[in-house]
Amino acid sequence: MIEVEKLSFTYPAGIEALKDISVTIPEGDFVAIMGENGAGKTTLIKHFNGILKPDTGRVYVDGIDTKKASVAELSRTIGLVFQNPDHQLFSETVEEEIAFGLKNFGFQEEEIPKRIDWALNLLNLMQYRKTSPFLLSGGERKRVALATVLAWNPKTLVIDEPTIGQDYRQKERLRHFFNELHDQGRTVIFVTHDVEFVADCNPRVLLMYKGQILSDGPAKQILTNHEVTSKASILLPQIAQLFHQLEDFGLPKEVITIQEAKGLIEDLLKRCDVP
Amino acid sequence: MKVFEGLQFRHVSSPIHRLDPRTKFIISCVIFAQAFLFTEFLYLILLFLAQLPLVILARIQRQWTRSLRGGLMLIFLIFFTNLIVGVVSNDFQLTSESLTYSTSMSLRFVVLMTSFSIFFLTTSPDDLGLALEQSHIPYEFCFAFTTAVRFVPVLAREAQTIMDAQKSRGLELEKGGFMKRIRNYIPILIPLIVSAIRRSLELAEAMETRAFGAKKQRTSLHALKIERRDIITLVLCFIILALTIYTRIYIPIPDVSIPIPPI
Ligand SMILES: Nc1ncnc2c1ncn2[C@@H]1O[C@H](COP(=O)(O)OP(=O)(O)OP(=O)(O)O)[C@@H](O)[C@H]1O
Ligand SMILES: [Mg+2]
Repeated sequence: MIEVEKLSFTYPAGIEALKDISVTIPEGDFVAIMGENGAGKTTLIKHFNGILKPDTGRVYVDGIDTKKASVAELSRTIGLVFQNPDHQLFSETVEEEIAFGLKNFGFQEEEIPKRIDWALNLLNLMQYRKTSPFLLSGGERKRVALATVLAWNPKTLVIDEPTIGQDYRQKERLRHFFNELHDQGRTVIFVTHDVEFVADCNPRVLLMYKGQILSDGPAKQILTNHEVTSKASILLPQIAQLFHQLEDFGLPKEVITIQEAKGLIEDLLKRCDVP
Repeated sequence: MKVFEGLQFRHVSSPIHRLDPRTKFIISCVIFAQAFLFTEFLYLILLFLAQLPLVILARIQRQWTRSLRGGLMLIFLIFFTNLIVGVVSNDFQLTSESLTYSTSMSLRFVVLMTSFSIFFLTTSPDDLGLALEQSHIPYEFCFAFTTAVRFVPVLAREAQTIMDAQKSRGLELEKGGFMKRIRNYIPILIPLIVSAIRRSLELAEAMETRAFGAKKQRTSLHALKIERRDIITLVLCFIILALTIYTRIYIPIPDVSIPIPPI
C-alpha cells in the first residue's frame, strides 16, 4: 500500500514538479498514471521507492515513511523500472544482468538460475540469455530491464512507459502479463501515453497535469471525459470517440473496451431488426 | 553533481552578462593571478569580499552558493591537509600560523571557484564559442569545446538517473570494504560511458546530415563587439593588476593571524 500525503517537490534547478499531491494506492490496485510531457509522472513514481524524498508532505510504503528507509530497502517491495533501459544495463549477458538485482537482495545461489529462467520465459527473452544486452534492439532492452526487476518478485511493480517501442504482439503479452500479476493480488502501477493500451487494460487512471492530479477514477470514466482529457493533452480512445459520435442512437458514452462496444452495437442492431 | 549544477548558465539580464566574453575572461584571469600572487590571509579575504559585489551584480548568488556547497568537501580537504601538514612539521603543535595558512589556502580555493563561477554563470556557451572563433581558433576546436561545456550538465543529470536506477535494483554504494566500494561504481560507470559514446556517435551523424563543415568560411548571425563598457572594465582590470603587482613587490602586507581557539 502506498500513501502519498500532501507531497510537494521542487528540483534543485528550481522547477516545481509536484504540487500538493495526495493519493492512496491500496494493495492489489491496478493503476495507470497518464498526463502530458513534463506533468510530473516520473517524478511522482520516483517518490514511491524513495529515490526522491518529499520537500513537504509524506510518502508511506506499507506504513513506512520513505524518508526513514533506504532506496535499496524499499525497492525490495517496490520494484521500479525506469523509462530508459540504457540507464541500467551494464552486464556482459542478459543472464548476469538479471542476477545483479537478485544478488543485491541476497537470494540464495541455487535459487538465482531458477528465477532468471522464470523472468526470461515470462518476457519472451529466453533466446537472448547469453547475449549482451547492448546488442539487443530498443524494445528488447526495455523488456530486459523489466525482467531484471520482475526477477525478485516485488509486491508492487512500478513501470515507466512499458509500451514504448513494443510491437503489437509484445503489447498484448504485456497486457496479459499485467492482468496476471493483478489477479495474483500484486499491485501494478504504470506510466503511459498509450490510451489504447490503457483502454484495453481498463485500470484505475490517475490523470496528472502540471504537477497536480487532475482526476482520479476508473479508466472508463476518465478516458471518456472530453474536458479533463483534452486539458491533459490526451486523445480519447477510438472506441470512446466512436460512442461520443453515436450518442444520438441512445447509446451510452462511457465505453472504452471492444467487448462492451460489441455487445452494445449487437443489441442496437437486434433492436433495429437487422439479421 | 551539485558542483556542476552550480555552473549551469541561465539567461539573466545584468551588467555582467552584457559584457563581452573576452572581457569577462580577462576579469577572471586577473582574479586568478591575484589569488596566486598572495598567500596572506588579509589579502585573500579582501579579494573574496571584492568578488561579492560582482556576484550580486550578476544576480547569480543562488547558483554560486550552491556550487560552493557542492565544493565543500574539497574545501575541507584543502583545509585539513594543510592543517595536518602544518601541525606535523611543527612538532605536533597547533600554531596560529598553520591555522591561518590553512584558512588562507581554503579561501584561495573559494576565490578561484568564485571567479570560475562568475565567468561560466554569466557567459552562454554560444558566446563562449563565438569568442573563441573570433580569436581565430579553428572552428572544429571551438565546436568541440562548446559542445563539451554544454554536455557537462546533461552528463551530470544522466549520472544521477543511472545511480537512481541501480539503487532501485538494490545497489548500495556505501556498503562494503574499500575495494567493494570501488567495484560498486562499475554498474554506474558502464551505462554512463556507453551512453556518452552512443550519444557522441549520434551527434556526429546528425551533424553530418546537416552538412557540418561543408563550407570552409563561416559567418555568424551575431558578431561580438568590444563596447565602451568593455574598454572601461579592461582598463580598470589592468590598473588593479598593476597595483597588486606593485603592492606585492614593494609594500609589506600586515600580518593578520587567527588565534587558536581555546579548547
Ligand atoms: N533531474 C531533473 N532536474 C531538474 N528538473 C527536472 C529533472 N527531471 C525532471 N525535471 C522537470 O520536472 C518536470 C516534471 O518532469 P517528469 O520527468 O516528472 O515529467 P513526466 O510527466 O515524466 O514527462 P514525460 O511524459 O515526458 O516522461 C519537468 O518540467 C522536467 O523538466
Ligand atoms: Mg517521464
